[in-house]
Amino acid sequence: MKLMFGRTVSLQLRLFVAVLLSIVLIVGDRYTQGGTIVRTTLNTLVSPLIYVANLPYELFSLGAKSLHTREQLLTENEALKKKQMLQSEQLQQYQFLARENQKLRALLGSSAKQSNRKIIAQVLSVHSNPYSHQVVINRGTTDGLSEGQAVIDEMGVVGQLTKVGSTTSRVLLMTDTTHATPVRILRNDVRTVVEGIGKINVVKLSHVPHSLDVRIGDVLVTSGLGGTFPEGYPVAVVTEINRDEGRPFAQVFAEPIAQLDRIRLLVILWRNQQEQTNDD
Amino acid sequence: MIDRYSLLIALSIFFALIMALMPLPFSFEPFRPDWVLLVLMYWSLAVPHRLNIGAAWVVGLLIDLASGSPLGVNSLTFSICIFVTASNFQKIRNFSLWQQSLLIGLFLTLYHLMQFWLNHFLLGVYFNPQYLWPVATGMVSWFWVFLLLRKYRRHFRIR
Repeated sequence: MKLMFGRTVSLQLRLFVAVLLSIVLIVGDRYTQGGTIVRTTLNTLVSPLIYVANLPYELFSLGAKSLHTREQLLTENEALKKKQMLQSEQLQQYQFLARENQKLRALLGSSAKQSNRKIIAQVLSVHSNPYSHQVVINRGTTDGLSEGQAVIDEMGVVGQLTKVGSTTSRVLLMTDTTHATPVRILRNDVRTVVEGIGKINVVKLSHVPHSLDVRIGDVLVTSGLGGTFPEGYPVAVVTEINRDEGRPFAQVFAEPIAQLDRIRLLVILWRNQQEQTNDD
Repeated sequence: MIDRYSLLIALSIFFALIMALMPLPFSFEPFRPDWVLLVLMYWSLAVPHRLNIGAAWVVGLLIDLASGSPLGVNSLTFSICIFVTASNFQKIRNFSLWQQSLLIGLFLTLYHLMQFWLNHFLLGVYFNPQYLWPVATGMVSWFWVFLLLRKYRRHFRIR
């Protein structure tokens, strides 16, 4: 065997250097944040890998699409048209209400609400760290994304952007253990915070006093506090309340309204303050 | 240092990376073997002078970036596992495939416990026995990985 007693750097020294570098990386990653150039470059480095890994799934779904029969497509088209009719009817109402709301706000002298810029992204199906809840999307800094933007789907809040590369980025789902969403109860405007517990269909309301007016079936919407999520998007529905007086707080669990295990298309929102001019 | 052999090794690691990132049906997801670590372990046993801790660290960082785990976690755990295999390659090489598979199971358990431990401190996750399924599937996959890569190595005469 070649190099059995080779004069290269010993394995122990290599291990020492590797462990040291890893610890520096772990600490550096843990205690810094924001979309620095280093991070964006590193995330960009692996995006080709992600696109290649996503390819088999894309091919399968393309094959499945081309196997649809004509009847299937016609019925689907019919259903979508009906849905669109109903929604455009609601939209007319909405425009009227929005205008009325603006007038009333002007009368009250409070600031008008602006609709903000948004973009549609597609979820790439690649495997992620099993210890956290996240998905990869096909948009990045080239589309103007930045860390911390809110992500929703057609039902409700999904999560927020974390690791942004130039053509891919990651969405931290609201069910992840490191994610918390400021919400209020739609029925009585009580503010609270929803946090993930690592299960895809359960979130927990943190630090709820026993006296808080919350009932099963209450809808929680974003409160707009914290600055990440715009106000008023549906988050979760209360499903379980455990008022055990022996514990310091009541345990309240809720189910996310967005179906987080089957998301495919997402909407990414920009914050209100910036770029109010270019709506699309 | 970068010659034809190193490129061939890098190609096999690239395929392992793709297999590690490819989507699986939801019910199979907890059983996914750690392809990249298995391939790295094979090369560190077969050609320890070409592939050892440095390469494992870089590949671990790629896995961290591509799977969205906290940076450095896989680099650290890969380096330690490859240190164990690369420093004992002469012993492990002489074991039969069965014995090797048992040993690999031991190393994979070490890898997963270290992974869990780091993630517990960084993300606050709690232990779930499900996290250890890849150890069992990895032990079974070792037979296939070993025989396939040995054929690959002999065909291209990677030394």
